[in-house]
Amino acid sequence: MTDTPALPAYNFAYLDEQTKRMIRRAILKAIAIPGYQVPFASREMPMPYGWGTGGVQVTASILGPDDVLKVIDQGADDTTNAVSIRAFFAKVANVATTTKTTEATIIQTRHRIPETPLQAGQIIVYQVPIPEPLRFLEPRETETRVMHGLEEYGLVQVKLYEDIAQHGHIATTYAYPVKVENRYVMDPSPIPKFDNPKMNGSPALQLFGAGREKRIYALPPFTDVVSLDFEDHPFTVQRFSQHCALCDASGVYLDEVVTDDRGGRMFVCSDTDHCETRRTEGHHGSGLPQDGKTASWEAAE
Amino acid sequence: MYVAVKGGEAAIDNAHRLLADRRRGDRNVPALTLEQIAGQLSLAVDRVMAEGSLYDPELAAMAVRQARGDLIEAIFLLRAYRTTLPRFGNALPLNTSVMRIERRVSATFKDIPGGQLLGPTFDYTHRLIDPAMAGDEAVDDSLRRPRDLDEPCPRVTDLLDAQGLIEADVASDAEPADLTREATEYPVGRDLRLQALARGDEGFLLALGYSTQRGYGRTHPFVGEIRIGLVDVELDVPELGFAVTIGSVRITECQMVSQFTGTGATLPRFTRGYGLVFGQSERKAMAMSLVDRALRADEFDEQRLAPAQDEEFVLEHCDNVQATGFVEHLKLPHYVDFQAELDLLRTLRTEASAKQDKGDDALSEAAE
Repeated sequence: MTDTPALPAYNFAYLDEQTKRMIRRAILKAIAIPGYQVPFASREMPMPYGWGTGGVQVTASILGPDDVLKVIDQGADDTTNAVSIRAFFAKVANVATTTKTTEATIIQTRHRIPETPLQAGQIIVYQVPIPEPLRFLEPRETETRVMHGLEEYGLVQVKLYEDIAQHGHIATTYAYPVKVENRYVMDPSPIPKFDNPKMNGSPALQLFGAGREKRIYALPPFTDVVSLDFEDHPFTVQRFSQHCALCDASGVYLDEVVTDDRGGRMFVCSDTDHCETRRTEGHHGSGLPQDGKTASWEAAE
Repeated sequence: MYVAVKGGEAAIDNAHRLLADRRRGDRNVPALTLEQIAGQLSLAVDRVMAEGSLYDPELAAMAVRQARGDLIEAIFLLRAYRTTLPRFGNALPLNTSVMRIERRVSATFKDIPGGQLLGPTFDYTHRLIDPAMAGDEAVDDSLRRPRDLDEPCPRVTDLLDAQGLIEADVASDAEPADLTREATEYPVGRDLRLQALARGDEGFLLALGYSTQRGYGRTHPFVGEIRIGLVDVELDVPELGFAVTIGSVRITECQMVSQFTGTGATLPRFTRGYGLVFGQSERKAMAMSLVDRALRADEFDEQRLAPAQDEEFVLEHCDNVQATGFVEHLKLPHYVDFQAELDLLRTLRTEASAKQDKGDDALSEAAE
């Protein structure tokens, strides 16, 4: 019990066991039908809608005392919302937390998939704002559910075609729709399309929670996940010509950091754990002082 | 620059500390008490209870104080607490015909059994800022009219119903839907719609109700009756075999009498729009009853053309805790996705300017 008698003591991982049971049933159904959006009775959480209430509910329902939790936002462990969610679970579930992708049993993420390949036994929980990949083509849930039921996905292909006709490229760069096991078209959450290939055949279990929209969906390990495209316009991912200024990594997703008001730019790894690991391994980017000391950019203020 | 976009625990802690400081304000001024908020800002507290879906004036007052007077934030605080509460049963339907009435007006009849009772209303105040509000002048006690407890005060809609002039109230013992416990699947029943509207944002419902008056889903409404007062909450206790009163709540009920219907088999009669809100909030109850009636379009074979008639549109967007969350989440970092857009935009611009250059050369036009 807490000191204030008017306020209740919270259960392990905040949610009561009945709620967790309801969410676990939704998760099991989602795993049984990969890519299908399972409605669930989303609860009001003590953080705002849009901050990851769906992901938090999924994590709360699967979290056990022995789990090791990693939380990232934009690929980084130290962004404010990642810090806040990690602190929440450290408080209400007293679980171990980590920033190391390899050490985590559960990774909750917003907008990225870690660069380090996930392993069997790991679970990645995505925070999803709009779970419906057809939503911006058809705003009505009553219609989109029928479209999924009838596997009527022509509209998505038309949208991609119109992009090509208008811009010469498919103009969807994140939340790029995928087809799961050749059946359901699924929103991968707003990860950059760069991360889409990591979903395909991943040995980890992938769970998606949308709190405000009250939907859970899932990709069991080793699921076929194909990004939609055309034969003559095959799916491609972003390629950065630069290397990470800190760890010299290439072939990873980079954040562009504006360093001054005269057009100065620096590109650094979006995945902070990947970047730090590489630096401890001795990799050295062009943006770091050449004497190898820890750079001053890390110091606060 | 790199540090600025990375948060960290210290930044969050310091922000919370500053927030607490600003919330308290000048330390030489006494802090607000919950009695002051609940007693003197009672309509703000009522709104928080109504849209927070939890009747508890003291907690609502705490929430208002904690939220620095931001009512949507206070509603959110109450909701997040409510969601942790166990449910131990459904109350019996409130019987508003035996309400202990503080205010009751009908726009459809000049006089009605039980009379019209203005109660504590702003309606006929002149909106002149009162200099007395700058100080703490003595306020006269209110006058109380002794009222015979047996004096009947039937609902106006019951009077119309007795003559068959309005669609009947359909009693039901079915378990009411609860959108906080089940995922919503459209189309939904009127019970769930009314629940959503009762929790819905006052401003959003006000605008939608207003739109029906301006022709977007017109329903020709009359205020059959608005009543505000205390009603008992009764709970069936199976062990006892009868219902016991567990408390009373102040509510505002609005019965809107709308455009008639009826063809062929049924005689023409008025239809109903219903609003029920915790606390005293006529604006919300009236707007709710307008929107409830507009949303019943299918029942009366009315064409659904206006936003207020569109169930999915209204219900998916009336919740201000959801709305504020999703609108405000845009301030969270999005730089990964923005980077993806930047990348594409640069590619498109490079391609477009290459094309332009070619065209310029062909026309031998002046540069730029």
